Amino acid sequence: MSQHEGYLRQFALEIMDTYRLEIKDATVAYNRVPAIHHLNLEIEGGHCVALMGPNGAGKTTLLKTIAGLLRVETGEITFHGHGLKGVAHEIAYLPQREQVDWDFPITVRSLVEMGCYMRLGWWRRFGVEDERAVERAIAAMHLESLADRQISALSGGQQQRAFLARSLAQKARIFLLDEPFAGLDRPSQESLARTVRELAGAGYIVIASHHDLKNVADFFDQMIFLNGELIAFGDSATVFTDENIARTFDTEVFSGKHA
Amino acid sequence: MNWLTEPFHHEFMQRALLGCALIGFTNGYLSAFIVLRRLALMADALSHSLLPGLAVGILLFGFTPVSVFAGGLVAAMLVALGSELISRSSRIKEETALAVLYTLAFSAGIVLLSFAHVQVELEHYLFGNILGLSNSDLWITYFISLTILPALVALQRPLLVMLFEPSVARSQGVPVVALNYLLVTFLVLAMISSLQAVGVILALGLLVAPAATVYLFSDSCPALFWGGGVVGAVGSCMGLLISYWLNIPAGACIVLLLGLTFFAAYICSPRYGVFRHLYNRRHLHEESLSRWRGKAGRAAGAAASGPEGK
Repeated sequence: MSQHEGYLRQFALEIMDTYRLEIKDATVAYNRVPAIHHLNLEIEGGHCVALMGPNGAGKTTLLKTIAGLLRVETGEITFHGHGLKGVAHEIAYLPQREQVDWDFPITVRSLVEMGCYMRLGWWRRFGVEDERAVERAIAAMHLESLADRQISALSGGQQQRAFLARSLAQKARIFLLDEPFAGLDRPSQESLARTVRELAGAGYIVIASHHDLKNVADFFDQMIFLNGELIAFGDSATVFTDENIARTFDTEVFSGKHA
Repeated sequence: MNWLTEPFHHEFMQRALLGCALIGFTNGYLSAFIVLRRLALMADALSHSLLPGLAVGILLFGFTPVSVFAGGLVAAMLVALGSELISRSSRIKEETALAVLYTLAFSAGIVLLSFAHVQVELEHYLFGNILGLSNSDLWITYFISLTILPALVALQRPLLVMLFEPSVARSQGVPVVALNYLLVTFLVLAMISSLQAVGVILALGLLVAPAATVYLFSDSCPALFWGGGVVGAVGSCMGLLISYWLNIPAGACIVLLLGLTFFAAYICSPRYGVFRHLYNRRHLHEESLSRWRGKAGRAAGAAASGPEGK
């Protein structure tokens, strides 16, 4: 076991043994027009899940809903049995790269410290324990030598790892990544995929929207096929079939007025 | 050397310097938030919409610092909230609504002022009159500084998260909308406090230039906040003194000085200035040299360690 995996395990030890994200009958709508229809999913800790679907299939909508940014019209989402309110810091949402202001005056270390602020709230003291969490998160994502760099002075893959380090320091259990592989070259993609698999191996849930059919089966061990409604969900080996791909990508996105 | 210490002997100058330090620091500290949240255009619009508020305040309650304060605050908040309302309830975008509303307000102010018969005093608010600072003006300045600074320091964490990524902040339970309104309120308050120093038209300079200057030097948010405050305070006091020595208008001198400081930073900053590559060339060369040596060393089987790749 390499050293950074050791750091990851240290974070993971603080995770409860078994936990699951349950989505029951969830419908999410914009102005009464649903983007996701009556979705049922159950994801357990230790999996990295690809969220596949054509444009407009509701991938970002689903991620934002789990992050608590959008309200469900029907159904409910629970995390180890509780509603999403009150466990906000256990869920980390990483927006698409274009959403981030890369010129923001912040270094990798301050970015990771920001993760602690989310957990500590507005005024609780930033203690020695939190400093250790920051160092460990930076080490787990191999960013030690880059910790004092401004975030635009990193490569695309390093930027993704910096945001993952922040989520670790935040002590998130669920990582929601919106198109994390977009705009990365092959080596960076593979290194990020390794990181993501390590996170899952340490017991976290990673859900990432993805659209590249060529590498999805190598990068993720579970898949969600989404097209307005759920087409298929399960282990990559069983659900990554031509039939599911065709049903997801070759049919029109199902969207109608919600009754 | 008599001329150097002379301004400090006059009571009106001492008062003005104190006012400048307070106003400059508060505006400078807040300017970091304006720069990071990209509110500069909104601040410009709101500074112009203070004018009708001043006019109405004077018409209704006479010419007192409090009527000016209240009038300005109400007018600017109406314009800010009005543009928000229009952009949310129609397809009009916020900056469009803001532009329409603030020019409407400004022109209403000009019309109202023709009824007010206070042209001379009003000029003080258009261009500033720091030397005429009264006790009640100072009290208002104290009040504004003591409202804004502690609140911004106390709310630093949620504000930082919100400035960086509003959507992530919202997912973490930060009340983004409320904090935004608070920032806009502070912006208007800070502008009212700087009316006395530099006037309606130049208030924006004091509220943007300090942090814009520090932004070219630093990659740390606390440095941007406190550095902006220091640049604002020192710049305002220096501007005031220079204006005294050269006998030129104080408000213009302050903003001129802050503007020139920004320009100097834009040219000379070793990190983000236009000529940064002149400073950095040596460093880059050293790095590539050491990497090259590291490679050569590894090839020879020695344990030479260059900096990490990429």
